[in-house]
Amino acid sequence: MAGGLRSKIIVMETIELKPATETKKEPTTTISGSEAVLNAMIAEGVQTIFGYPGGAIMPIYDALYDYSTRLNHILVRHEQGGIHAAQGFARSSGKTGVVFATSGPGATNLVTGLADAMIDSTPLVCITGQVFAHLLGTDAFQETDVINITTPVTKWNYQVTDATEIPTVLAKAFYIAKTGRPGPVLIDITKNAQIQQFEYNGYTPCTHIRSYRPKPVVRKKYIEEAAKLINEAERPFVIFGQGVILGKAEKEFKAFIEKAGIPSAWTILGLSALPSDHPLNTGMLGMHGNYGPNVLTNECDVLIAVGMRFDDRVTGRLDKYAKQAKVIHLDIDPSEIDKNVKTTVPVWGDCKETLPMLTALLEQKMYPQWLQRFKDCTQKEEEEVIREELNPSGDILTMGEVINTLNEITKGDAIIVTDVGQHQMVACRYAKFNKSKSNVTSGGLGTMGFALPAAIGAKFGAPERDVIAIIGDGGFQMTIQELGTIMQSNVNVKIIILNNRFLGMVRQWQQLFNERRYSFVDIQSPDFVAVAKGYRIEGKMVSERKDLKGALQEMLTHPGAYLLEIMVGKENNVFPMVPQGCGVSEIRLK
Amino acid sequence: MKQEYTVTVYTENQVGLLNRIAIIFSRRKINIESLNTSPSEIEGIHRFTIVINEIEDVVRKLVRQIEKQVDVLKAYFNTNDQIVWQELALYKVPTDEIAEKVKVERLLREHGARAVVIRKDYTIFETSGHREETDKLISVLEPFGLIEFVRSARVAIIKESAGFHLKLREFEQAEPSEEAVENEYLDQGKDVFVM
Ligand SMILES: Cc1ncc(C[n+]2csc(CCOP(=O)(O)OP(=O)(O)O)c2C)c(N)n1
Repeated sequence: MAGGLRSKIIVMETIELKPATETKKEPTTTISGSEAVLNAMIAEGVQTIFGYPGGAIMPIYDALYDYSTRLNHILVRHEQGGIHAAQGFARSSGKTGVVFATSGPGATNLVTGLADAMIDSTPLVCITGQVFAHLLGTDAFQETDVINITTPVTKWNYQVTDATEIPTVLAKAFYIAKTGRPGPVLIDITKNAQIQQFEYNGYTPCTHIRSYRPKPVVRKKYIEEAAKLINEAERPFVIFGQGVILGKAEKEFKAFIEKAGIPSAWTILGLSALPSDHPLNTGMLGMHGNYGPNVLTNECDVLIAVGMRFDDRVTGRLDKYAKQAKVIHLDIDPSEIDKNVKTTVPVWGDCKETLPMLTALLEQKMYPQWLQRFKDCTQKEEEEVIREELNPSGDILTMGEVINTLNEITKGDAIIVTDVGQHQMVACRYAKFNKSKSNVTSGGLGTMGFALPAAIGAKFGAPERDVIAIIGDGGFQMTIQELGTIMQSNVNVKIIILNNRFLGMVRQWQQLFNERRYSFVDIQSPDFVAVAKGYRIEGKMVSERKDLKGALQEMLTHPGAYLLEIMVGKENNVFPMVPQGCGVSEIRLK
Repeated sequence: MKQEYTVTVYTENQVGLLNRIAIIFSRRKINIESLNTSPSEIEGIHRFTIVINEIEDVVRKLVRQIEKQVDVLKAYFNTNDQIVWQELALYKVPTDEIAEKVKVERLLREHGARAVVIRKDYTIFETSGHREETDKLISVLEPFGLIEFVRSARVAIIKESAGFHLKLREFEQAEPSEEAVENEYLDQGKDVFVM
């Protein structure tokens, strides 16, 4: 037995901590399925795993006990927290997040995070334990049909019942999660396969699956057609999404818009791909986006969409969306082309490749008059919305001024993680960013409870950076238990609760569209600072302007995690707003 | 305009893939009229034949969603004039009724049917063809006490297809050529580039 263990260690030591390395093929050793799982993690360069143990995944946890110097396992307080943490990790690091959970309730607790990662294209590999293979379908203790439950919310999933499959299946899992349009992958491993000893020949990373073509062949013809349209345009407009970040194409994107001189606006997942202060950055698209980008979407003559998917929160009513424009759509996923908006020229491909090809064919240009239109709109929005939001005339704090004050301190260098609601829209509208991968939010699914665990993961993904979570009083109570994870793993995250004593976003809709019938949005909260202290996390509550900046500074200079509760106006609304069912140019300033 | 489309999908042989494909339809509340899975011309590669009643735009989007699945090699959609298709039907009738009252021989000939089982108590006929043809035999047999009827899903051959062998060879390479990764949309540029 001791000999077996030794030879295992020799195999392990040949593994370097860089992504997807091949492990030494000889000598062949006998190891367990569980060890094969962990070897795969190491070979793929995984350093941090978020997880929660249980009966059906115990063999993997038992093996983990011996790997704890090479794999950092973070014990979360709920599997949903685990998967959101892995998402935060993936978003701030650009790597694949990894989650372990047990069968049954452990696995079903992952579902919200899987749906979130699926719609936001976040690369994850989730490992769930499953009952013994001979018990499948018998309603055994903690047996759930995890594969079928998660099929609609995974890019790929697979059940392993035999340990010999583990190295190849995990190699596929990592390959699929990260390549093409990224997404979550779930591997369900029956307990017998975790225990089973088998002849291990090392780990070979996957580089090709014949039925899967993540990297489309770029067609010159369409690049040329797109370039022609852009060169002939008089009022071109670029809208970009997370594709730029996922494709690690921030530089290529910047070069593209700078050469073409085209004003650009972002979806909330595209936020931070282009520095906030870039002269061509005209702001945010969509329901609570900026005035100019929304109104002028319906005035541009060529609309160039880069790595975005025309979500309904961005487009408003489709039959009133950019009808006058020729549309160029750059996307890696062919099923996005024409899905919501009819494309004039599709540029199917990885934008890291397609953008430089396109840029090469463009004329150096500027559109001073057209850009001025955006500036005029900004001016109007400034006067009618922004000024009062950032420098309120009343005594009561606004969410906007909190973000604005935070900008003064962080100078745009922090990672901002937001939950879902008014505070999310305000943070995205007003937070400044210098660096990519700095905005972490649940965009597509709008999952309340995302921010606290995602901030934990984001900190592990970018330990050298400040991570600030901005959360509503409602959403904070959805995953409040992750304060325990912060305590136990000493995660240095800063938590700002913007407390308006309401489920603010829903209240806003009830006010505007349901005649102020405030139906169950009046939410009570515990003493958040006391709760934090219960978890041995420092904290403070402020409600006055004179204390705001000092409190934020104190939070940021505090050596560990810190919770700052900020009391803001109860019935403030987020504007501008494109009401549901309206076109983008019908955006309301009040 | 809604019409019948036949979707042909070449896939890996993977447990769970049937569900993955089926939910692409059910998620959008689209009824599958018929679904058949079978081997294909290539060993180890499965072929799904799915019939739905929809407008072309919807079918095109569905097919792209299907093709996006990791274990799917390729999906096609065709109207009825682009395929040759058949459905198989079985009919069980009481033998004495049939033997007494019907000219069995003529019946079989007229409907391209044959008897698969003849027992003292019942006889099973089989025929294949289009929906209307197999339907017609039901109405013929009903007066004679049709006991059971069952019809299979549609199986279809695409008239224009050259089979999947060449394509598969391309897919097996790390860098497939443009033709191999063709996409319905991109190949019909001129038809689709209308605003
Ligand atoms: C899990 C979940 N449940 C319900 C919703 C619907 N919802 C969207 S915003 C919102 C209100 C959020 O309130 P709060 O967290 O206090 O943030 P605020 O809007 O006040 O900033 C709700 C209930 C949601 N997005 N996610």
